[in-house]
Amino acid sequence: MTMQSEITRNGLWSNNVALVQLLGLCPLLAVTSTVINGLGLGIATLITLVLSNSIVSLIRGFVRNEVRLPVFVLIIASVVTIIELSMKAMFYELYLVLGIFIPLIVTNCAIIGRAEGFASRNPVGPAALDGLMMGLGFLLVLVLLGGMRELIGFGTLFAHAELMFGDGAKSLMLEIDPDYPGFLLAVLPPGAFFGLAILIVAKNWFDLRPAAQRQPTPAVAESA
Amino acid sequence: MTSLFVSSPYVAPANSLKRLMIQVIVALLPGTLTYAWYFGPGVLINIALACLFALMFEAAILKLRARPVMAHLGDYSAIVAAWLFALCLPMHSPWWLVLVGIGFTMIAGKHVYGGLGFNPFNPAMVGYVVLLISFPREMTTWYLPGSVSGDTLTLGESLAYSFGTADIQQWDALSSATPLDQVKTGVGQQIAISEIRLSPLFGQLAGKGWEWTSLAWFAGGLWLLVTRTIRWHIPVALLLGVMSMATLFYLADMESYASPLFHLLSGAVIIGAFFIATDPVTAATTDRGRIVYGLMIGCLIYVIRVWGGYPDGVAFAVLLANMCVPFIDYYTQPRVYGEQ
Repeated sequence: MTMQSEITRNGLWSNNVALVQLLGLCPLLAVTSTVINGLGLGIATLITLVLSNSIVSLIRGFVRNEVRLPVFVLIIASVVTIIELSMKAMFYELYLVLGIFIPLIVTNCAIIGRAEGFASRNPVGPAALDGLMMGLGFLLVLVLLGGMRELIGFGTLFAHAELMFGDGAKSLMLEIDPDYPGFLLAVLPPGAFFGLAILIVAKNWFDLRPAAQRQPTPAVAESA
Repeated sequence: MTSLFVSSPYVAPANSLKRLMIQVIVALLPGTLTYAWYFGPGVLINIALACLFALMFEAAILKLRARPVMAHLGDYSAIVAAWLFALCLPMHSPWWLVLVGIGFTMIAGKHVYGGLGFNPFNPAMVGYVVLLISFPREMTTWYLPGSVSGDTLTLGESLAYSFGTADIQQWDALSSATPLDQVKTGVGQQIAISEIRLSPLFGQLAGKGWEWTSLAWFAGGLWLLVTRTIRWHIPVALLLGVMSMATLFYLADMESYASPLFHLLSGAVIIGAFFIATDPVTAATTDRGRIVYGLMIGCLIYVIRVWGGYPDGVAFAVLLANMCVPFIDYYTQPRVYGEQ
């Protein structure tokens, strides 16, 4: 397996930030009450990961080992500040909805984890790709969890899409039944824990199925 | 062939899980019938639906977990949990409300922890609290007892309501706040208790209908004590907790705090003391611990009722006390004879 496809596979599935590493759970659990919230925070985290991974990789030759962590934190904080100010300028309503969780991306362990564990040891290309794939894996879980909670909690999907895509996107909203009573638990914090647990169970169940039941796929050697 | 060596005990145990559960169901009967007498057949429909769904969930999950289905279904523990859960619901709950609640009772309350005997929280209360938090509108639509409204729904009407084939608006006139609700909102609006008590909802002791239902639970509870199905520590400590808190505040200000008798006979205190808090799996296991556990629930019920956001607090109090059970048990271990 080439390095690129291994990085992709790691980020999206076998080493997924949210489902396997269980990092960045605070924003994951807090903002995924709707698809659009999840998507907004997911994109912000994705851009942060790509930028911080690239910068960390670029300066990896110049930073002494003893001070690397403060330097990484400074880089990540600067990137997040840039993203926060850009969101304030471009998606003000979404910025208000996500609130404190945008500046809190700084504290997302997934970002410093990738900077320390991957970007500081690899050239720019793979580091940026790793940031992209890890971010994408996180974003997919955010959107999926947001979708589950929104659908069960409010009976809608893509509500408030106008926050992100402008007024034309209002028609994107799907409503399954106008009489749906709403299931508040799914929107409240316990719903996030239940939802994430269900996603993790589903992934583990898929990975652990007996080999005989699997579709015959070309065997891919797992590199150690 | 050597004869099989049988070791002691030689007397077959009189109690089994199944026998215990049947005793609880029998003890629930007088209260349930009184409840249905005052509030209509909706109560019985709730119980029937809850038991049916509970058996379905139990069988499905046992099958998924590759456990013997019939052996566990036959111990009646699912029926008891479903019965207690159904008694918490407002009469004429739509069928899907029962389904969702029982789903949480059986899956999130019981089987995720490993099934009967391993659950740290009272399953029926887990299901009820999930519903209370998730569906505030459906869970607070209470119907007047027939003795107040002068009109009890027939079985057919109740069924039509449970299955959503009848118009809900038609019976809106029959729904109202419970006495506990009324005391809470009344006190919030600075109305004196003596004035609130003039409402037609109130009888001699507490709420009309509610008072006699509570006394019937009490009778069932006494029978459980007499047959030694439960020990006295938890119910006595729980009632003492509610009673002492209520007396203290009642004596301090009779117009802002309802009487101890009203608190004892309203809502779920009596059924909670004898049937819910005494669940052997989730309650404390030492005698001193049981007293601490009961007192804690009693005080919490009063605190939630008077200063909390909900009119009744039995379910929350029981779940909060369940959380403390390992801690209580740890500090109340009896001293082993001969040790310091």
